[in-house]
Amino acid sequence: MGRQRAIAEEDIKSKLIRKIDDLSSKKSAKYVVYASSLIFFFAFILIPPIAGILENLNKLGAIYYDPSLIANANLAIVNSFIMAFTVAGLDLIAALPLAWFIVRSKMRLVNFIDALVNVPFLLPTTALGYSFLLFWSSRDGIPRIFGAESLVSPGFVLVLLLHFAFSYPVIVRVMVGELLTYREVYEVAARTLGAQPFTAVRTITLPLLKPGIIASFLLSFARSLSETGATVIVAGNFENGSVFIFKNMGKVGEGALVYVSSVLILTSTIIFFLIKLLAPKLKFPIKRASPPIERKLSSYGAVKFRDGAAILVFLVLVIAPSLFVALPVLNAFLDGTVNEMVAGSELWSTFWRSMLISYAVGSTSTLINIVFGLPAAILIARKKLGRATSIIKSLVSIPIIVPSIALGVSLKLFWGRYGFIPELWVIVLSHTTITYTYFVESMSAAIEGIPVEIEDVASTLGAKPFTIFRRITLPLTKYAVFSGAILTFTRALGETGAAKAVVRTKDLQTLPVLLVDWIVNKYATSSQSALGVGLYILSAFIMLLALRFIIRGRKR
Amino acid sequence: MPSIRLVNVTKRFGNITAIKNLNLTINDREYVCVLGPSGSGKTTLLKLIAGIIKPDEGKIYIDNKLVNNVPPQERNVAYVPQYYALFPHLTVIDNVAFGPLSRGLCKEEAYRVSMQMLEMTRLAWRSESLPYELSGGMQQRLALARGLACGAKILLLDEPLGALDARLRVELRFKLKEIAEENDLTVIHVTHDQEEAIIVADRLIVLRRGEIQQEGPPSQVYNEPKNIFVAHFVGGANFFEGFIAETDPYGSWVQLRNGFILRVNETKWKVGERIVLMIREERTEIIKGTKIREEINLLPGTIREVSFLGDFISYEILLDNGDSVNSKMPTLLGIGRFRVDERVYVRLRTEHLRVYPYPPQGLYQELEVI
Repeated sequence: MGRQRAIAEEDIKSKLIRKIDDLSSKKSAKYVVYASSLIFFFAFILIPPIAGILENLNKLGAIYYDPSLIANANLAIVNSFIMAFTVAGLDLIAALPLAWFIVRSKMRLVNFIDALVNVPFLLPTTALGYSFLLFWSSRDGIPRIFGAESLVSPGFVLVLLLHFAFSYPVIVRVMVGELLTYREVYEVAARTLGAQPFTAVRTITLPLLKPGIIASFLLSFARSLSETGATVIVAGNFENGSVFIFKNMGKVGEGALVYVSSVLILTSTIIFFLIKLLAPKLKFPIKRASPPIERKLSSYGAVKFRDGAAILVFLVLVIAPSLFVALPVLNAFLDGTVNEMVAGSELWSTFWRSMLISYAVGSTSTLINIVFGLPAAILIARKKLGRATSIIKSLVSIPIIVPSIALGVSLKLFWGRYGFIPELWVIVLSHTTITYTYFVESMSAAIEGIPVEIEDVASTLGAKPFTIFRRITLPLTKYAVFSGAILTFTRALGETGAAKAVVRTKDLQTLPVLLVDWIVNKYATSSQSALGVGLYILSAFIMLLALRFIIRGRKR
Repeated sequence: MPSIRLVNVTKRFGNITAIKNLNLTINDREYVCVLGPSGSGKTTLLKLIAGIIKPDEGKIYIDNKLVNNVPPQERNVAYVPQYYALFPHLTVIDNVAFGPLSRGLCKEEAYRVSMQMLEMTRLAWRSESLPYELSGGMQQRLALARGLACGAKILLLDEPLGALDARLRVELRFKLKEIAEENDLTVIHVTHDQEEAIIVADRLIVLRRGEIQQEGPPSQVYNEPKNIFVAHFVGGANFFEGFIAETDPYGSWVQLRNGFILRVNETKWKVGERIVLMIREERTEIIKGTKIREEINLLPGTIREVSFLGDFISYEILLDNGDSVNSKMPTLLGIGRFRVDERVYVRLRTEHLRVYPYPPQGLYQELEVI
């Protein structure tokens, strides 16, 4: 009986596949899939934030009657860009030598450093902000060694240190990838022609790696511009655009928020495209060499010094402050806070509810992005829209460029008009907008990696479009789908700015927003905050490990 | 029976015309080699027939049926691209079974047929390996087995031996022909290797800038090249610029540079017409001697370079009029016969000399292989 049932099920399955296969051969079916993904992109990702701002431009007039507010807003906007440029520049200078060390060094230490680089990347930024605050500015942190209350007070420098740390792994990861695919033969050829190792790197390798350098600079720039939760925690009196919106939400009229959001969105988009357009034209100084100086810079001692300095900067400025939060978390276990949590109180029930909301929002927005983002990724990777493909590709990158809290403000204004949409769905939609780019870009890169001939051959062998997708494209990109999904999910889980902007009801606060509230507004004791952050990190790690386990299981 | 016919087919990519108003018929069970330099439109031609790309103009028929709008999966044509495009995540047997399964064959039958194909290509023992675990030659055979397993009778091979080492290339070119004959296949084999094309083809098609320059049996294309490009691209040739000095009922006299005169058998040219003379390298003769000789088509010169090519020896001779001649002779006959700086005569027999009109864009432009 069981066998017959299995055969019947198999039969139904193959019939269904055949039907979908036949359907996929029809042009109309293809058009429906691709058109719906494009409609989704325009209707839910691109137009809402733009329309939200445009429709509310009339509110701008109100802020002109408050000169001090407009002065503060302008200062905050300028601060955002100064911070983003400084951080991206410093990160590039500091992270490139470490990426180099990871790829080129044969020391055993490399594997350990390589694994450690991911730590700040995996920590939710809110947790990172809290860790930095404790490490640099609390009596229990590094100031204790110097007998001081605080070594770096909350403000510009602490924000700089924080942004430097969370953008650092992005640059290292991108540059390690670039260096691994770089064909060292060019560098070797340069050296056989008499160039010092330093000269060969400066004149051959770095110019060839320029696209990667520009990409990592832009990622770091965008990440600094967009981060909200952690920045609010360590900002003190310093205000950039995101902090300004966060602090003034509900306190000032919507005009000021619309003003800052629109300027941030517009300026960041312009700067992004300007950099993308002009940076490739920047020339490296390759026509001159100074053999005596460059010989010294290539010497064993100089190389060791560079590696040592890179590792020291990484350990002291990135890793130690990032992991510091483990100590107060441990303390929370010892001082009875854990018992209080287990016993349950209103504070902790709010915490668990927020965690549930965060996970629900993260997974739903990831799912939506997979369903609608995958066809869009195929459209981009296979250039199915001809010349319009590059325009769509550029438009897709916009949500990643603009500060998420500014996006949140405009999304709140847009979706707010449709009162019938439940607030939770507005939160989901805003997280979907913020994370859309991460999924589509990682997927289109993965699909581009599959030679188009493989799909061509499959079609000449008789496979219909759905079979090609099911048996060729998907199996070859399934790890990319998983990693894209993980990236999207963790980004959604860590998002503070947009979540803060769109949440109206306290009951629907996501976890990062709640934790920032606990820390900044001191709604919880430091021990409770530490435990909350610890549990947040733990849950994120468990989730990531589980997903990794699933992926590995499937690989086997 | 699987025949292919292209009628006035044109394919453009932006401003570039890859295939220009091409007309071509390929008969059932014919083994056709398409020869041409890079960028001549060879791969585009295969993709058009496979249905991977559509023509901008013209019609494509397979088995006398118009297939312009038939998708690749319904053309029953096996396409083997240049680097094989083996599915990296599927085992050897799964790669081969992909086609039959996609065409709706049941699992048992699909794997039975696939195993047969693997046996034919001597890969059955590696059926559970992944493609990257195979050698270059095995990968090539796997691509072939995969193409044949779905029952296609038309095989399109894009530089099938290009990625292999020289020895394997020689071995496999015969194997390809053998498989095609055993399975009654119609094959279009694209290559830029003239030797490979001449050896395996029933018919040779020379393509340049999307246009057919000449087609016919390999011996005909080699011996009677229709134009300077074909003469240059298929086999080694010497070219001399000149003009017709005199004609008579039996032939013509051609004036080369610095007063050198050659006799040719052709009579269709007008006096004063600018022409190019061609002679194959191996059809030139070198004769020792410094004495002045009054025979026709015997040109004095000096050996400039001697190159050992294995089976052949190649001599470069600078003629006294400033022209240069390459002469190839079997190593057994040629080794040690002449040395550099030796004075010699070069004999260019009238029956081996072919005459072409001088190309409007100049000889060197015409010889460019792009």
